[in-house]
Amino acid sequence: MYDIPHHTQETAVTDVKIKAKDVQVYYGDNHAIKDVSVEIDNNTVTAFIGPSGCGKSTFLRCLNRMNDTIDICRVEGDILIDGDDIYDKRVDPVQLRAKVGMVFQKPNPFPKSIYDNIAYGPRIHGMARNKAELDDIVERALRRGAIWDEVKDRLQAPGTGLSGGQQQRLCIARAVATEPEVLLMDEPCSALDPIATAQVEELIDELRQNYAVVIVTHSMQQAARVSQKTAFFHLGNLVEYDDTSKIFTNPEDSRTESYITGRIG
Amino acid sequence: MPLLWLFLLVLAIAAGAFVLARTRVLTLSGQDRRSLHSLPIYYGSNAAMKSAVPALLMLVLWLLAQPFYVNKTVSDMIPDSAIVESSSRNLVLAEVRRAADGLDLAVSTGGMTEDEARNMQADISDVTTRLSDAGAILTSEITRPVLRAAQQFRVLNSTGYNIMSVMVLLIAAAGALWGIRETKPDFRARNVVEQGIRALLIAAASIAILTTLGIVLSLVFNTIEFFRLYPASEFFFGTNWAPSFSGRGGASDLGILPLLWGTFYISIVALIVAVPIGLFAAIYLSEYAGPKVRAFAKPMLEVLAGIPTIVYGLFALLTVGPLLVRVFGDDGLGWMQAGTAVMTAGLVMGIMLIPFVSSLSDDIINAVPQSMRDGSYGLGATQSETIRQVVLPAALPGIVGAILLAASRAIGETMIVVLGAGAAARLSLNPFDAMTTVTAKIVSQLTGDSDFASPEALVAFALGMTLFVITLGLNVFALYIVRKYREQYE
Ligand SMILES: Nc1ncnc2c1ncn2[C@@H]1O[C@H](COP(=O)(O)OP(=O)(O)OP(=O)(O)O)[C@@H](O)[C@H]1O
Ligand SMILES: [Mg+2]
Repeated sequence: MYDIPHHTQETAVTDVKIKAKDVQVYYGDNHAIKDVSVEIDNNTVTAFIGPSGCGKSTFLRCLNRMNDTIDICRVEGDILIDGDDIYDKRVDPVQLRAKVGMVFQKPNPFPKSIYDNIAYGPRIHGMARNKAELDDIVERALRRGAIWDEVKDRLQAPGTGLSGGQQQRLCIARAVATEPEVLLMDEPCSALDPIATAQVEELIDELRQNYAVVIVTHSMQQAARVSQKTAFFHLGNLVEYDDTSKIFTNPEDSRTESYITGRIG
Repeated sequence: MPLLWLFLLVLAIAAGAFVLARTRVLTLSGQDRRSLHSLPIYYGSNAAMKSAVPALLMLVLWLLAQPFYVNKTVSDMIPDSAIVESSSRNLVLAEVRRAADGLDLAVSTGGMTEDEARNMQADISDVTTRLSDAGAILTSEITRPVLRAAQQFRVLNSTGYNIMSVMVLLIAAAGALWGIRETKPDFRARNVVEQGIRALLIAAASIAILTTLGIVLSLVFNTIEFFRLYPASEFFFGTNWAPSFSGRGGASDLGILPLLWGTFYISIVALIVAVPIGLFAAIYLSEYAGPKVRAFAKPMLEVLAGIPTIVYGLFALLTVGPLLVRVFGDDGLGWMQAGTAVMTAGLVMGIMLIPFVSSLSDDIINAVPQSMRDGSYGLGATQSETIRQVVLPAALPGIVGAILLAASRAIGETMIVVLGAGAAARLSLNPFDAMTTVTAKIVSQLTGDSDFASPEALVAFALGMTLFVITLGLNVFALYIVRKYREQYE
């Protein structure tokens, strides 16, 4: 049904990077995530799919504790990264987020120059010893975000002045610049044309060599193309989680089948 | 007929027209509302509008015009010889009005019959005693021309009011008739009412604009008048402020520089107090404080904004001044002579401005989208890094606008200065010296018993004009910055 590139078939030696057990998320009285348990492998692209409002973004935000910034949000259950509980009292969410980078569903460039947008993370974490190093980091990140050619002549222009798709790639580059171990991407290609999408997918595949990547997407083709594992969410439940090839060719749950063939969602 | 009654009658006619027009259109349509162009209420409103608006307009115009006409006629009746005794025609006219009021009073208390009040040949001294018996306030024995004029004044006024009442009622009735007659099912009453509402709104807006224009024009003309009496260059560049009140003679020095310096100095001290405290309070309230603290602290801060400035002035005079003197006065460091000083007024004014800065900044900081903070947290930034590097830069133009608005309030503040900073105009760098500001001097120039045509009084207008230009400039600049900032997230 979907052409599955060859690399999804190769069984790389992988270990578990993130392990979530019985996770519940409440927004006030709204039970948004119910009993989700999942193991996300290192050096793997994991895709979250599911109909709008089913809790994909919510679950993604649990993985780097972004939900802490929402007053009414309450998270229960265990989430371990490299075996450490990230909701432990001793864990500093600030350090966690440096390790687990995130690209948001809505592009949110800072009202600063393009250069400063990218340099923001590296500066905070003291990743560059001098200006030349910082320049290198910025250029590398912009190249990986597939936006270097478009902005290399106007690095000092405001990031908010870019087009929606350019802003999206700027935010990807910004997240990549801090060299996280896990990258969470919430619909990173929703505003991109096919060429930029292909470039970002290439980036995702390249990142897989060193990191764990989790990507939320509404495009079945994209999930099939870039991911090795796919999780299908429905109404706050994790319905099915398996190898991408299995989900798209031979799903176990009838809801998964209906969704990927376009009958619900 | 008393005005209130006339007004109520017009309204009653309009209400009648409303009901009649509404019923008429419903009858004409045979109770079928769908065949009407507009809702029945619009036909009623149309008729009511046409009866009330022209009538009330007439009423207002008449009330404005009649005094002019009466004054002119009465003034022509007074021979020049009568004016020689008192100083000016206006004073005589005031006397005439007082006499006319006295006659009214006497008639209403029964001290005089209407016929006696109108008697041209009445005995002057008799009239005078009867008027003062009735409680009327008269400066001296009224003269024959004044009495004549006063009698004529009363007659003109009462006939004027009678004609007006009749005219207004006629217009109201005619308008009602017109409105009812044009009420037909296909009449576009809704559109007419819409235009009426539009005209009403335009009228309100023009009144506001015209009043502002009037104030500015009166400032401008009086300022020009002042510069005719006093050289502009000495006003703007003079470093000495020493008005000699007319009557005592001697030339005045009216240099604005010491006043501007005082204004500037006190405002700077106030802003140095208000901006950091207000801004930090705003940051705490919008970024760190929980909902409970915010619900309690925000209203508390806003209470500060509700305190009248005279109370702040008292606080400056009675509390802050003595406190500062104890530390910096002769017993302490010896820098301060008395409680009234730039420092006293500046500190208290700063306290007054804190809620102003904090509530404006709080709004602006809250307007920074949450997604921007998320972006920063998502990259592993701490809260204060996020505030310093993302939230504040994004909100900066708006905060600058808030500070400029606070500055223009500081410049215009009067009471705190009068009570806290003293009255001495002085060019000094010591913040513990007494100084004064433009606004405080405007007050003192106009509260003496000086002649309003003298440069010493007219200078108030020049001062006011200067102040107006400065604060207007600041406000325009602030609004420009705030606007520019609004476009940023779109
Ligand atoms: N900040 C919030 N406050 C309250 N409720 C929220 C909040 N964010 C999400 N929700 C609720 O949680 C549920 C899941 O939302 P979520 O954003 O995770 O969906 P999603 O799967 O990402 O959808 P989409 O594909 O449209 O982005 C929804 O019912 C939503 O109403
Ligand atoms: Mg989402």
